[in-house]
This record gives sequence, structure tokens and C-alpha cells, in this order.
Amino acid sequence: MIRLFSVRLLQAILVMVAVTAIAFVMFRFVGDPVASMVREGATQAEKDAVRVTLGLDKPVAMQFVSFVGQVLTGDLGTSYRYQQPVTTLLLSRLPATLELVIVATVLALAVGIPLGVLCALKPHAFFSRLTQSATLVGISMPTFVTGLLLILVFAVNLRWLPSSGRGDLVDIGPWQTGFLSLSGLKSLILPSITLALFQLTLIMRLVRSEMIDVLSSDYIRFAFARGLSRTYIYGRLALRNALMPVVTVTGLQIGQLIAFAIVTETVFQWPGMGLLFTNAVGYPDVPVLAAYLLFVGFLFVMINMIVDILYTFIDPRLRTR
Amino acid sequence: MTDKTRPVLDIRNLRVEYPLANGNTLVAVKDIDLTIRPGEIHALVGESGAGKTTVGNALMGLLQAPGKIAAGSIVIAGKEIDLRTGRTEGIVPGRDVGAIFQDPMTSLNPLFTVGSQLCEGMLTHLKLSSREAKARALELMKAVGIPEPERRLGSYPHQLSGGQRQRVVIATALACNPQLIVADEPTTALDVSVQAQILKLIRDLADERDVGVLLVTHNMGVVAEIADRVTIMQNGVVVESGLTREVLTAPKAPYARTLIAAVPPIDARLDRLPVPSEETQVTLDARAAVRRKSARSEIGSRDDVVLSVRDLAVEYGGRSLLPGRKTSVFKAVKGVSFDVRRGEIFGLVGESGCGKTTVANTIAGLVTQSAGSIDFQGTALGARREKSIRQSLQMVFQDPYSALNPRLRINAAIAEPILFYKLASNADEARQDASTLLEAVGLPADAGTRFAHAFSGGQRQRIAIARALGPRPSLLICDEPTSALDVSVQAQLLNLLKDLRDLAGLSMLFISHDLAVIRQMCDRVAVMKAGEIVELAETQTLFTAPKHEYTRELLRLAPSVERIFGRELASA
Amino acid sequence: MATQSLMRRLPPVSVVIASLVLLIMLILVIFAPLIAPMDPRDVASYSLMDMEIPPAFMESGDPRFLLGTDNQGRDLVSVILFGLRISVVIGLGAVIFAAMLGVVLGLVAGFFGGVVDGVIMRIADIFVSFPTILVALLISGIARAQLSAETMLAWAPLVLIFSIAINEWVQYARTVRASTMVEIARDYVRAAKIIGLPSSRIMGRHILPNIMSSVMVIATINLAGAILTEATLSFLGAGMPPTYPSLGTLIRIGNQFLFSGLWWIAVMPATVLVILVLAVNVIGDYLRDHFNPKLMAR
Repeated sequence: MIRLFSVRLLQAILVMVAVTAIAFVMFRFVGDPVASMVREGATQAEKDAVRVTLGLDKPVAMQFVSFVGQVLTGDLGTSYRYQQPVTTLLLSRLPATLELVIVATVLALAVGIPLGVLCALKPHAFFSRLTQSATLVGISMPTFVTGLLLILVFAVNLRWLPSSGRGDLVDIGPWQTGFLSLSGLKSLILPSITLALFQLTLIMRLVRSEMIDVLSSDYIRFAFARGLSRTYIYGRLALRNALMPVVTVTGLQIGQLIAFAIVTETVFQWPGMGLLFTNAVGYPDVPVLAAYLLFVGFLFVMINMIVDILYTFIDPRLRTR
Repeated sequence: MTDKTRPVLDIRNLRVEYPLANGNTLVAVKDIDLTIRPGEIHALVGESGAGKTTVGNALMGLLQAPGKIAAGSIVIAGKEIDLRTGRTEGIVPGRDVGAIFQDPMTSLNPLFTVGSQLCEGMLTHLKLSSREAKARALELMKAVGIPEPERRLGSYPHQLSGGQRQRVVIATALACNPQLIVADEPTTALDVSVQAQILKLIRDLADERDVGVLLVTHNMGVVAEIADRVTIMQNGVVVESGLTREVLTAPKAPYARTLIAAVPPIDARLDRLPVPSEETQVTLDARAAVRRKSARSEIGSRDDVVLSVRDLAVEYGGRSLLPGRKTSVFKAVKGVSFDVRRGEIFGLVGESGCGKTTVANTIAGLVTQSAGSIDFQGTALGARREKSIRQSLQMVFQDPYSALNPRLRINAAIAEPILFYKLASNADEARQDASTLLEAVGLPADAGTRFAHAFSGGQRQRIAIARALGPRPSLLICDEPTSALDVSVQAQLLNLLKDLRDLAGLSMLFISHDLAVIRQMCDRVAVMKAGEIVELAETQTLFTAPKHEYTRELLRLAPSVERIFGRELASA
Repeated sequence: MATQSLMRRLPPVSVVIASLVLLIMLILVIFAPLIAPMDPRDVASYSLMDMEIPPAFMESGDPRFLLGTDNQGRDLVSVILFGLRISVVIGLGAVIFAAMLGVVLGLVAGFFGGVVDGVIMRIADIFVSFPTILVALLISGIARAQLSAETMLAWAPLVLIFSIAINEWVQYARTVRASTMVEIARDYVRAAKIIGLPSSRIMGRHILPNIMSSVMVIATINLAGAILTEATLSFLGAGMPPTYPSLGTLIRIGNQFLFSGLWWIAVMPATVLVILVLAVNVIGDYLRDHFNPKLMAR
């Protein structure tokens, strides 16, 4: 268990070092940081002054050290485009993304797990075959196309739901939530379904294949030989075994989730961090790009640490050694 | 309590069928009858494909679809299985039939405690409260002899040893007081000493609780050890059935006779095992050709030492990617010394994990020793080896199914080392050699044009031997070469290996866990335990006058037909 | 019973249809310049007179334009054929690049184990931490800041192939490594080691042929993924430029007209994209079940 943790910790540190290095290189060498800080037509002297304030006259290694220091204190530079501190910018967009991701994930788990179990238990039933085929269509359908179709049907043609934005927001301290207003909830429907569909197919297929594996194992055969009821065997014994890998995979899928959140936010003009990022790519707003990269790396590492800890708690083979 | 005369199991004309892909039907079990009385252990034996496991599965309601009971009747403790549904509607598995599976490592769910798995059957079938169930679970844990039963109830399966897990499985099988227990190879995955304990436990439980046991096994020694009656099956049909002593000492059916004769005896050395000889003119000619080619083995006398191992030690683990951390080191072999003489078959015997296979792998160059020396024909062996050294040292492995590359034709597989060591001038000549070798091991020459999947386990093992002989080795390492095979196939292969030794003047390092096989094959034997050799002696001496306590224990515990019934059975 | 078992031997109807669809699409892609009614890059071949005509099956459609025209009057059939071509080429390129990289690294990692394995797999872990789309967007953003518009244009397909493959190789590497470790434990590989065959030969002649089927299965499934990723990137504006549009770019363009009722400009290329990917996925799914049911279903 300690060994597992140290391997994971090493991996986490490696990821963070790699990410910080890339972010540093982007800040320092991509585009011209000085040009973005001074007024147009500035003299060489003015530029040099800015260069010194930014610390660009020091050796690269020194700059990296001070960059790491800045990152650790939460200073991620200033956006070229918005002329605001990037940290403030990211934080103001965080609630939108989190609300979307959480609703979508809950939706995907709530539908995906039962469907996966059902398809594993009755692999030849009509319903299972239908679901299986539907998931194939699901993984063949890019997220943005799903989004576009939903907009076309429910926003353009039926005019039931809004196609973009978050609707009316309610401030709870620094957190702006869309959960507390009707238009906010209505705005959430299409984007969260779009994002959930992508996860749902993955979860469903994973649960199904794990469940099929578990059902053919000796200990499930032994459970049948003891005459335990089907509901008990499937619902309590097999499902727990089958859900173990789902936990790990969910952790590893975080990156994918972030990526598809970017796509979803762009399609629905959802004012979250992903939209900020796509806009930054087009501008190009390098500090925002670098900061987003750092943020994603950090999130990925943190969530996988949590998943690992969780895993050792639910798997007795790791817990009691 | 129970009626002693009423059978707990009565099978009449049972027929189990599997529809095949091509529209035909495979009859896995054909019209068999079988009766078990309370307290009786009835062994069902046969080689792979005989249908013995299918019978067990039919009783437990575990037939894999599309397999089904096609005809006949099964009565368990007075209740009959409903044949219309092919299911055990009237009989509840777990309550009326207890089950013991082969591999205790996989039959318990790793995510639940031993206690909860033990109790769940009682909660379902006996409608006990969880307090009552727990009390009974504790009682059962004591009955099957698990130390610290109270604490063990809260343990997870991985915290128990293999033997303890199998005891838990037995306790689970007994939980609801079934009158019949189906035990499918219950000790095959266990070591001799644990096997002896588990067999005794099953015998005692049958006697004390008047439970009938259907013991599915392939091991005649186990049958002799605990079974009251035995039924021998072949291809889904019962060929002989009766009291264990009668069937094992005086088998009547021809198949039963060959089968029992093929079991290597532990109390005597036979020149050859009594199975039909397969020597034809073709094999003899091919062997003559092989002998001509391996001319160099004629040099030297029988007393020369071919391989000399001194203070060999092997450690596993210890290397870690993380700087400054060292994972625990496992000492697999701790200071082993022995010599193998020219033309000798030297045996290494021991239970699983004793380090015998590691010794073989180290000599073969698959593992590097951490200390000690291996001297092979005057050359010290380490990680780097000359081509000529590698050539004279070949190996035959345990698992025939993984020994051959599935994507390579047999000819190519045998010719590869021949070409690599430049023992043939061109590919044609190498293929010619490959055909000769195939004939020498008793396969048709045209077998070489096919792929591995076309052959049975025994045939694959012959091919693996042919491949090992190709480079004309002087030492052949055999790591459990027959333990994955049926007993009659084993007998043929053991005879073959003896023939080849004489033919090519080979020396052999023969590794096995089976004392009877060792006795048949080896000139001298070393007994290993926990990485060390505890006794080394001439085979005859070791078996008749063992010195070390551990050797005596192994000999005492090994299930054996002769020990129970004496040597009254003639080689049929 | 018998018919059911018989059906299991033949590929299901869906797989046959998918193969046919894929075959037709490949033919269309290869012979696009000959088949397409017009060359969308040739300004002279289309006119603004024909702009925004709906598909031929609609009331105000025009039989000359089967799937309608876009805002510049270009025939959508032609535009889509050329777009399909770009999508398929980039998808195949990414798969081949990723497979070669992944198979070699996976084989080496699995075969030698120890430190080599550790280093390769930790690098793989880092790569896989970042989703393809994010990496590709970043690369695109950096390229935009560093390169001129013309250079960007010329390099766009290669940048795309690189950005997709740099992430996807990990999947091959992991699978190949796992399979290699399984094969290595098999006795035929141990026999080859005892013979003393060189490592390269053991890997190439003995191990590789035995793991090729899983590589092929992943490659098929990955082809679908690569095409989707390319489309997504182009849709987000970080992929193929409008001058050389892939299917994703076409949908991006069409997206602007969604609210003006000109739905076909986006929906037609989207339909073709989904059919293409679905066909590949159906075949990939079948191959996985058929060759390697235990292969990771992720």
C-alpha cells in the first residue's frame, strides 16, 4: 500500500513538474511577454524597464525558480486579452464548469451503471442488443454534433430550451450558481445532457464488460452452487466486484471529461473555463493557456490521488495487508 | 437422524448434452447410474474429457448453457430434480447439495469477509438470524480446524493460506447441513501435506455427519486414500464401478486396467510403465539417425560430472525504481549444491515454492544467481553464455499449451535452434532434421507442416521434446514435464524420456512434485524444502530408507494406491 | 439452437453493412476528384447564384445539388467528398504514427522490464494525463503565437496528426506491453531465450505475431477516435482551416448558419462523419469481441 502510494506520488510530482516546465516555457518563450505589457510605440528604454520588472534579464534557471514561486502563491500572470489577473479570471469561471461537470457525471452514473448491469445479465435480450447498438452510435457521435443536434431540435425548432449561456445566476458569496433560478436550470439541461451522453456510453460499456468478467469467475459460480438468490448474487456480490475498476477508470477519465467539457462549453457558449480556454487559443492569450494547463494538471493529479485513497478503502486486498 | 439406507444421491440414466455449432450434439454424459449412501465417499475418476466434472455440475445446477440434462433422473435425499426445466427446482443448491471447488484461491470473493460468505447461505436457506448464523459459522470454522476461528471470521480471503481457504470453502459447503457434497478436484491445487489434511477432513466429516460425498478427481492415490466406492468414466460412459479396493486392485474393464496400470507406483521402480509400446520401425529408424548425429555424447564415462552446482543462491525482488527504497527480498534458493553425472537422471523434488523451478531456471540461464557457482562441462555459467554452452543445455517445460508458438509451424519451431546453432547447412536440411526428430518422439513426419493448435497436450509435449533435442544437448532440464497431462499420456512420455536418455546419452535434471514419478525416472534425488536441499541420495535409498524427517513426511503423506492396498495389483 | 450457433460464426449483418459502407467511402475518398461534380477549390466552378439551396429532396431543392449548397454556392456533395478525404487521411496518418510508436515502445518496455519499463510507462502516464483535445488545442495556440498564417496552413495536417498521435500511442504501448508480458511468461519464449536467440529476434519473430491481433483491434477502434478528434479540433477552430476543410471544419462553418434555418450546411457533413465513424466502430467492436474478448473495453 505504501509502495503504491509512493509510486503514485512520484507520478503526481512528475506530472506537475512536466506541466510547470511546459507552462514556464509558454510564458517565457511563446509570443513576446514584453510586447504585451507595454504601450504601443514604446521606446527601447521603456521595454528594458519592463523586462527588468518581469525578471526577464535574469538567467533562465533563476526565472524558472521565481516562476515556480509565483505559481505556488497563486500568481499566474495577466491575461493579454482581458488585462486581468489570470487567477481571478479562472476562479470566476470555475462555478460554471463545476456545475456542468457534476450534473453531467451524476446523470451519466445514474443511467450508465444500471444499463451496463442489465446488458451484462441478459446479453442476448432484445433490450440489451438495442442498448449495445445505441452505445455504438453514442461513441460514434462527436460531442459537438450531439450538441448541435440538440440545439437544432430543442432550441431552434421547438424553442423549448435556451441554446447558450447560463440563464439567471444567483450569488452565494463568491460562487455564482445557476441551480437556483428556473432559467438557470433550463439552461443547464442541454449542455449537461450533451456532456453526460459521452460519459454514459463509456461507463455503460465498462460496467458491462467488467460485470461479464465477474459473472464468469469461480467465486460467482461458487455463490450459485450455494443456492444464493440471483438478486443477491448480482446486486450485492457481483456488482461490487464489477464497480472496482469503474472507480479507477473514472479517475483516469477526468482528463477526457475536461476535454469534452471544453467542447460542450464552446458549443453552448457556456461561460466556463473551457470556453475561456478555446477563446484563448484563437486569440492567442498565452498566459491563460499556460494557467489552464497548470490547472488541469493539478486537478488531474489531485483527483487521481483521491481515487487511489478511495480505492484502498474499498478494496480489502489493499487495505489489510 | 437420517435413514442410513436411503441413498443421498441416486442418478439413473443421466444424459447431458451440448448442442454444437455445426448442428450436431455432443453427449458429454451418456446414460450413467450412480448411487451414494449417507457417510459414503464415492469417487468419480477419469481422464480429461471423461465427463466427470459435467456430472458434478449437473448436480450443483451449474451446467453451462447451452448444456442441458437431456434424460434420466437425479434424486437427492429423496427429492428429484425437475427434468422438464433441466434445473434443480425441487432441490436447492447450497441447502441440499454442498459444493467444493478445485481452486480455493478463486472460489471465495476477494471483497467480502470469510464470515459474511459463510453466513449468507444460512441466512438464505435456514432463515437464521444473523446472530444464530454467526454462532453456527464459528462452530463450523472450529469443525474444519481453522486456528483462531473468531478472528478469522472477520478476515478477507487473501489473508488466509490456500489450505485455510479450502477449509473455509468446506465449511461453507457444510453450512446448511446438506446431505450431499460435490467436491470437484478439491485437493488438486494444493501441496501434498495440505492435501493430506484436507482429505482427512473430508473423510472425517463424512463419517461424523453422515454426509455423502461425490469426489470428482483424476488422482488414483486420492481415491485409494478416502473413497469407499469408485466409478471410472471414459468419454461420458461409466466403464467400471464398485468398491474402491476391488476396482483398484482387480479392474475388469480393459480401459480401467490400462488406466490403473499407467499410474506410476511409489513403492517400486519399474523399468518401463506398462502402457502399450509405440515403437514402430519408423521411430526406431529415426532414433538411430538421431543417435548417429549426437556422436559427441559418447565421449566420457558415466562417472563424469556434467553439471556441478555449488552453494547456489537466488533472490527475487529488491530492485525498485524509487531511489533509496528497497522492496523486500525473497530468497528463493539458499545455498544449494549438487552434481549431475553423465547419462544420469537427477531428480529435484519438493512442494510448490520450495525453489526447485528457480534452480532449473537459473541453470537454464533464465534467472541469474545472486551467489554460488554453476559449473557446466568445465565452464562457469553466469548471465552471459557462449552459444556452444547454450546449445548443450536445453529445457522442457510444464505447460504443453504455452510451450509452442501458436503462430509458428512445428517444422519451423524445431528447425529454428538447429539453424541458429548452424547444425544444418541450409533450411532444407534443418527441416529434414526436424522431421526425423518428430519421428523419433513418435509423431508422424508430416506433423511438422501443421500449427500447435492441431495437437493434444501430450503431442505438444513430444514436439517440445523434439525441439529441445534438435541442438543435440548434453543436459536436458525437464521442469514438471508431465504434471499437466493425463496419467496414461504421462506414462507414455516418461517411457519416451527414458528411451531418449539411453539413445542420446543425455543427462537430465528432472524436476517434479510427484514422488512416484521421481521414483520411476531418477537415478539420484535431492529433496528441497524452503530453498534448501534437505536430503540427497540414490533414489532406491531415499525411498526405502529416508533419513530426513521432511522426506519421511512427504513419503508418508503422498496419496498412493499401493500404500493402501499393497502391491497386490499386477501390472495389467 | 443450431441456427443461433451458426449465426455466431458468420459476422452479423451490421458488420457486413458497415464493411460495405466503409468500402464505398474509401472508393469515394480515393476517386473524389473524378466523382465530385465540381472542384470546391476552383472558384470558377461555382457561383454565388446557387448559394443556400436546400437538398434536392426538399421542396425548393435543385436536382443539380443532391445535398444542397453552402453560403458560397458550392455543391455540398463535392465539398463533403473532399472534406471526407482530408478527415480519413489525417485519421489514418495519426493511427499509423501512434501504432508504430506505441508497438515499439510497448514491446521494449514489456520485454526488458525493470528500469526501461518504468521509464517508458511513467512517460506514458504523463502523456495520457492530458487529453488529446487539450494537447492539440495547446499546440495549436502555441503555433498560432509563433508561426505565420501561411506556415500554419501548410503544416496544419501534420500538426494535427502529431497532436493526435502523441496522445494515442500510450494505448498501444500499454496493451502491447501487457500482452508482451503475458507472452514472455509463456514457455515458448523461455525456450527461445534458452536457445539464446537475440532479443530483437524473439520480439519480432515470436512475440509480435502473437500480439498483432490486439494491435489491429485497437488500431481499428482508434481510427474512429482519431477521426472524431480531428473533427472536434477542426470544429473548435484549431484544426484544418476553411481553405482546406475537413468534415469538422465544414460543420464549424455550417454551425454559423444553424439559426438562420440553413441546417443542411452543418447537418450533412455531420451525418457523413457519424456514418463513417459508426462504420469503423461497428467493425472494431466486432473484431474486439471476435479476436480478443478480454481486451480492455475502454
